[in-house]
Amino acid sequence: MSSVTLTVNGRTVTADVDPRTLLVDFLRTNLRLTGTHVGCDTSQCGACVVHVDGRAIKSCTTLALSCAGSQVTTIEGIGTAAKLHPMQEAFREHHALQCGFCTPGMIMAGIDLVNRKGAKVDEHTIREELEGNICRCTGYHNIVRAIETGAAGMAAMKQAAE
Amino acid sequence: MYAFDYRRPHSLNEADLALKAHPGAKLLAGGQTLIPAMKLRLAEPGQVVDLGGIGDLKGITQKDGAIRIGAMTTHAAVAESTVVAAALPGLAALAAGIGDPHVRNRGTIGGSVANNDPGADYPAAVLALGATVHTSKRAIGADQFFNGLFSTVLEESEIITHIDFPVAERFAYAKFANPASRYALVGVAVAKSKSGVRVAVTGAGASGVYRLPQAETALAASFSAKAVDGLKIDASNLMSDIHAEADYRAHLIGVMLRRAVG
Ligand SMILES: Cc1cc2nc3c(=O)[nH]c(=O)nc-3n(C[C@H](O)[C@H](O)[C@H](O)COP(=O)(O)OP(=O)(O)OC[C@H]3O[C@@H](n4cnc5c(N)ncnc54)[C@H](O)[C@@H]3O)c2cc1C
Ligand code: FES
Ligand code: FES
Repeated sequence: MSSVTLTVNGRTVTADVDPRTLLVDFLRTNLRLTGTHVGCDTSQCGACVVHVDGRAIKSCTTLALSCAGSQVTTIEGIGTAAKLHPMQEAFREHHALQCGFCTPGMIMAGIDLVNRKGAKVDEHTIREELEGNICRCTGYHNIVRAIETGAAGMAAMKQAAE
Repeated sequence: MYAFDYRRPHSLNEADLALKAHPGAKLLAGGQTLIPAMKLRLAEPGQVVDLGGIGDLKGITQKDGAIRIGAMTTHAAVAESTVVAAALPGLAALAAGIGDPHVRNRGTIGGSVANNDPGADYPAAVLALGATVHTSKRAIGADQFFNGLFSTVLEESEIITHIDFPVAERFAYAKFANPASRYALVGVAVAKSKSGVRVAVTGAGASGVYRLPQAETALAASFSAKAVDGLKIDASNLMSDIHAEADYRAHLIGVMLRRAVG
């Protein structure tokens, strides 16, 4: 066992883990943050996407121990049931999910791409940027629309904060 | 995944000692190849030495006509670097085309080059630009570094520290990506500098990345897509697999070559 300390959704946690523990297993099993999903476990689908130090990564392809000292944000850390994050709100508004399995990863990837590409990101770029996220249900159209709307919502939120 | 001991050294020296103390130990960079391989039990190291804690291995600088990229620099950092965009925009574009955004946020240039996957993108740039791979032991020229599929001349306990890419007058990389994985079905890198033209092909060769001398000669005489139009590509040393037959790969090499020349 090895000890690891990291910050998850603003809370600092320390735990003893088997070195094999993947970040996604640490989040789901140790912290009971089950919003982050495992779709493929082979680094393809993006259902496990979380942010580590502000960047989207696949938590099924990262060791928990490699995240020592890092800031991790999961789907549970971006909004509340009473006040959804603008990207969550946009997914709800555009009906950008059916079974919902891919949704946490899609939302975390959506936020990351807006952080990098800006609020005016166009449809083509959104489609390209979703290369690492697979949805078996929706056919993507509504997801792309939701991210366009979420991008505008994030810009408005940022402006309001300033 | 089989059990392993984990180390996270904070200096190259500590990493070196950890490797020497544990024969068979594996270096962990971005983990985007190693972790999937360990899950599949294709790799089963007893000891993993994570390079993520060594700050010196990260970063991009420009010096004496070359771009120096630290081994632990992520694909995303290369893609977004203003230094790379100004000096070798084709290299930034190559990095931006690797896998997907999440893979680019973890995967590193050192890991990609050390792994020498026959479908990987960076090896083509290293070979076409005549880059130098610096390790904990020595400096290795691109022409000596790659050594067949998933193989390089790196020794058991040798760590890539950084790679120096000479700035070329012109450098471009064109890839026909496998639509599922984004690895190169065929990728062609072309570099034109004072010392001549170098062309490297990835994704296709039965023994990995290789140079295309006949294209280099034709382009040295006249640097244009027309000069390599109709160039006969030998398919006998190319891979055939479920993704593409050797003949099709040979055809794609011609197309990607013309696109890279522009
Ligand atoms: C879904 C997906 C899509 C991908 N698509 C592409 C693509 O389109 N093009 C492409 O080129 N690649 C692609 N990759 C691979 C990706 O670029 C990897 O990041 C890369 O091959 C390995 O880099 P890494 O930092 O993750 O290395 P790791 O997985 O950590 O290590 C890989 C190997 O290199 C060794 N190593 C690592 N660093 C060093 C060092 N400094 N010195 C010596 N040895 C070292 C390790 O011991 C290990 O054997 C893809 C990967 C995934 C999961
Ligand atoms: S579960 Fe991580 S990419 Fe599919
Ligand atoms: S909503 Fe079912 S996988 Fe995307």
